[in-house]
Amino acid sequence: MVNAKHLNSTDKNNVTEMSTKNQNEVRIGLEVHVQLTSLKTKLFCGCSSDYKGKDPNSLVCPVCLGIPGALPVLNANSVDYAVMVALALNSKVSECMFFFRKNYYYPDMPKNFQISQYDQAGGVPLAVGGFLVIDVGTKRKKVRIGRVHLEEDPGRLVHQGAIDTSPYTLVDYNRSGIALLEIVTEPDLDSPKEARIFLQKLRSILEHLGIFAGRLEGSIRCDANISLTGGTRVEVKNISSFKEVERALSFEIMRQKNLVKKGLSVKHETRHWDESRRVTISLRMKEKEHDYRYFPEPDLVPITITEDFVENVKEKMPELPEARISRFVDAYGLPQYDAEVLVSDKALADFFECTVKLYDKPKEVSNWMMGDLLRNLNENNLVLTDCKITPEHLVEMIKLIEEGVISGKIGKRVLPEMVLTGKQPSLIIKEKGLVKISSRDALEGIVEQVFSEHPSCVEDALADENAVHFLVGQLMRATKGKADPQLANQLIHEKLESLKK
Amino acid sequence: MPKLHELTAKQTIQKIQDNEVTAQECVQAVFETIHKLEDKINAYVTLVEEEALNKAKEIDRKISDGKPVGKLAGVAIAVKDAICTQGILTTCSSRMLQNFVPPYDAEVIERIKREDGIIIGKTNMDEFAMGSSTETSYFGPTRNPWDTSRVPGGSSGGSAACIATNEATLALGTDTGGSIRCPASYCSVVGLKPTYGLVSRYGLIAYANSLEQIGPMTKDVYDCALFLSVIAGHDSKDGTSVNVEPKDYTKCLKNNAKGLKIGVPKEFFGEGTNEAVEKQVWNAIHKLEERGASHEETSLPNLEHSLATYYIIAMSEASSNLARYDGLRYGYRVDKDDGDWATVYSKNRRDGFGAEVRRRIILGTYALSAGYYNKYYLKALKVRTLIRENFTEAFKKFDVLIGPTMPFPPFKIGEKIQDPLALYMSDVDTVSTNLAGLPAISVPCGFTDGLPIGMQITAPPLREDLTLQAAYTFEQNTDYKTKKPAIN
Ligand SMILES: [Zn+2]
Repeated sequence: MVNAKHLNSTDKNNVTEMSTKNQNEVRIGLEVHVQLTSLKTKLFCGCSSDYKGKDPNSLVCPVCLGIPGALPVLNANSVDYAVMVALALNSKVSECMFFFRKNYYYPDMPKNFQISQYDQAGGVPLAVGGFLVIDVGTKRKKVRIGRVHLEEDPGRLVHQGAIDTSPYTLVDYNRSGIALLEIVTEPDLDSPKEARIFLQKLRSILEHLGIFAGRLEGSIRCDANISLTGGTRVEVKNISSFKEVERALSFEIMRQKNLVKKGLSVKHETRHWDESRRVTISLRMKEKEHDYRYFPEPDLVPITITEDFVENVKEKMPELPEARISRFVDAYGLPQYDAEVLVSDKALADFFECTVKLYDKPKEVSNWMMGDLLRNLNENNLVLTDCKITPEHLVEMIKLIEEGVISGKIGKRVLPEMVLTGKQPSLIIKEKGLVKISSRDALEGIVEQVFSEHPSCVEDALADENAVHFLVGQLMRATKGKADPQLANQLIHEKLESLKK
Repeated sequence: MPKLHELTAKQTIQKIQDNEVTAQECVQAVFETIHKLEDKINAYVTLVEEEALNKAKEIDRKISDGKPVGKLAGVAIAVKDAICTQGILTTCSSRMLQNFVPPYDAEVIERIKREDGIIIGKTNMDEFAMGSSTETSYFGPTRNPWDTSRVPGGSSGGSAACIATNEATLALGTDTGGSIRCPASYCSVVGLKPTYGLVSRYGLIAYANSLEQIGPMTKDVYDCALFLSVIAGHDSKDGTSVNVEPKDYTKCLKNNAKGLKIGVPKEFFGEGTNEAVEKQVWNAIHKLEERGASHEETSLPNLEHSLATYYIIAMSEASSNLARYDGLRYGYRVDKDDGDWATVYSKNRRDGFGAEVRRRIILGTYALSAGYYNKYYLKALKVRTLIRENFTEAFKKFDVLIGPTMPFPPFKIGEKIQDPLALYMSDVDTVSTNLAGLPAISVPCGFTDGLPIGMQITAPPLREDLTLQAAYTFEQNTDYKTKKPAIN
């Protein structure tokens, strides 16, 4: 829990305001859709929102199938969640919000209209305005938020292969009616990288708010508007995962630049990101502005959001990333960079804090996490929540090093095992025979062996102190890194001294 | 001694509970009437005789076992085909839904079943409730029992006709712009449109959501109050449901109009109002004055815009509500679905909908389109507010407002169907209460050349009791209730 007053605090002095005369040649605006699956039910009916991995069309009812006569009823918790996000994005929460119907025909929509919100024609979305500050390299940048609103997710279309070549389309309505939060930015982003940083930060906020349960496929989706300065805006849809964003944007920018280079014009159109072929494709839809015929949803009454309600939500707000980073710096003495990396993923930050509770050397813990743990995750394309490693195990490993049972080097070999198998470090060490060799007797024999196998190196070492490390290296190699490094050094020097005599 | 099918619901329930007759006998009597008259009337789209008789047997068993039974035990009930009934075809009298069997019961159906009411069939209507004559039904028009060459009114024409002919004891109608009151008036039965939100719309196939309500259509005012008591009350499945406690409306039926202040808006007697209709309604007002009421003429000037406002809002909402009928998941589907989805949708919708439905979808789509939204839809919403304010003002002074339900008596089948505007004009006295969300009842108040006339009594929101009591008092002091069409 933190004081609500500090929620929106950002270091404003350091923020680069967007200037209208942008020198960058690319402008990107994002429309992010976040599934509120942590609501447990869909937005307007009681069906379960836990649809991942379920049989197609098994989580449906008359409401989310759009069966004639069925009526939507708003899941009240969705407003709590949405207000939380709006507050975290510094947006102005509306006093009264309406749902509107967005009318268009598409096979993924059982009613052929989507219950959404609208900011024109008398419509009021849940929240308007706001901003999110992101760090791009050394500069801080304010990305403006246009609006935040609630809407229902359509069903999911399933194709055989790519959308434009599939001989059929199947529809799964399990997703139909899942609560979606739409967050729209102004076109303030200058590069695919900035878009990724924005999304990472947004995701961390959503994770900290408890809205985003893990990183389920499709739970955060993105449409993007991309234009070159002075050029036509192109909308790219169907960016279904976070990782795809940078790829899709880069492709689209390249495509537009190539057109310009050839002296061709960029058409105003909606393009579809084809994940498998990694290209954006035109769906050859009629190139006219869609008229969605928005009008107020008559089956849902306007919802009043009182100041008390907002205050109540503020009080319930968990700590947000910005505040957590500051706390990591202040309370644990971490460098700003470490704090930022750890907090960028709530699971990492939680892991860190759990570990520090068991072992009160934050920098040491952070070093292991920032270094070996993260590298390991990246190499194996894993996220922390996918692995079985626990804070208890990490502490045990650090203590084994501290107590001299294993060397730091061995620690670096044990950690990947812990990540992949979730085994206790002491068990791994036992199984693999990795306990440090720190007895003089055991090591002296191996020193002898190394010296006899590398006579020329011994000559070098006798002549040049700097060549000693080679012998140490050979010793470590012979012991598979288990030799106590200090003792190894000592024994090699002793042996050299004796040879000098 | 009336025959079983002629009994009101109140009498039927009494006789069954007194063991004078069985529920089975009552339901059988109703079905005999249906089989005798349906060829001439065409009130029903679907009948569920076997299920109804089984249900009646079940109730008789409960009674003979001394078990408690519900408030509507043994009563044969007809349901407008716009209301979803689990396992029973629900067509909205449209080709589009000719094969549609809902997987669930509407809330009102659940309430009826809980009170041991017996669903006997689904009644004919204007397609998707779009009409005032039941002529737009895909299954052919229903005929007026008083003169089978004439329309029964609409859109709940089947429900009104089956009550007038004793082809049902109670019926449910729906009222978007007069669709209960118009046919009630034309068939000389009682019909009530409740306050918006009093009766759950869950399971009512939407035509224009912000306007419509399900309501009772009955042989007399007592039955109307009884039936309303069963179906009214808060439902968490309907976001627009009003949070009120269930209530026994029969308790407010007193043969007394003492102190009742009646407002008579001149807009209810506008141009085109038939003289005989006007005269009969005034007679009715004087009848109430004999029982202690007083009247004053008044004006609600904004009612002049009711029709235009109503049709813009209703058609706009309809254009969106009916978008779901694409043939993909349920409903009419052309045999060959060659072509992309848009082509298939177009074919399904062109063949599945009738002309009037297509007309209203196109007009509604137009009214919501970019560039026209402000001019039509938004403006209609504003006028709607003004109309509501007119009523609010009037009710500061009056308990009820009275006028004719329909400006003229039932017309001939085919007479107006080619002229939509003329047909729309017939709703001039009924649509304003839908726009304002008020309760209004139509009660029989006389005849002209053998054709029924109805009086409309409108009250403030949630004051169904006032409309019912005024209607009851009138009914108790006249004998229109006992008049039945010769076809019986
Ligand atoms: Zn559902």
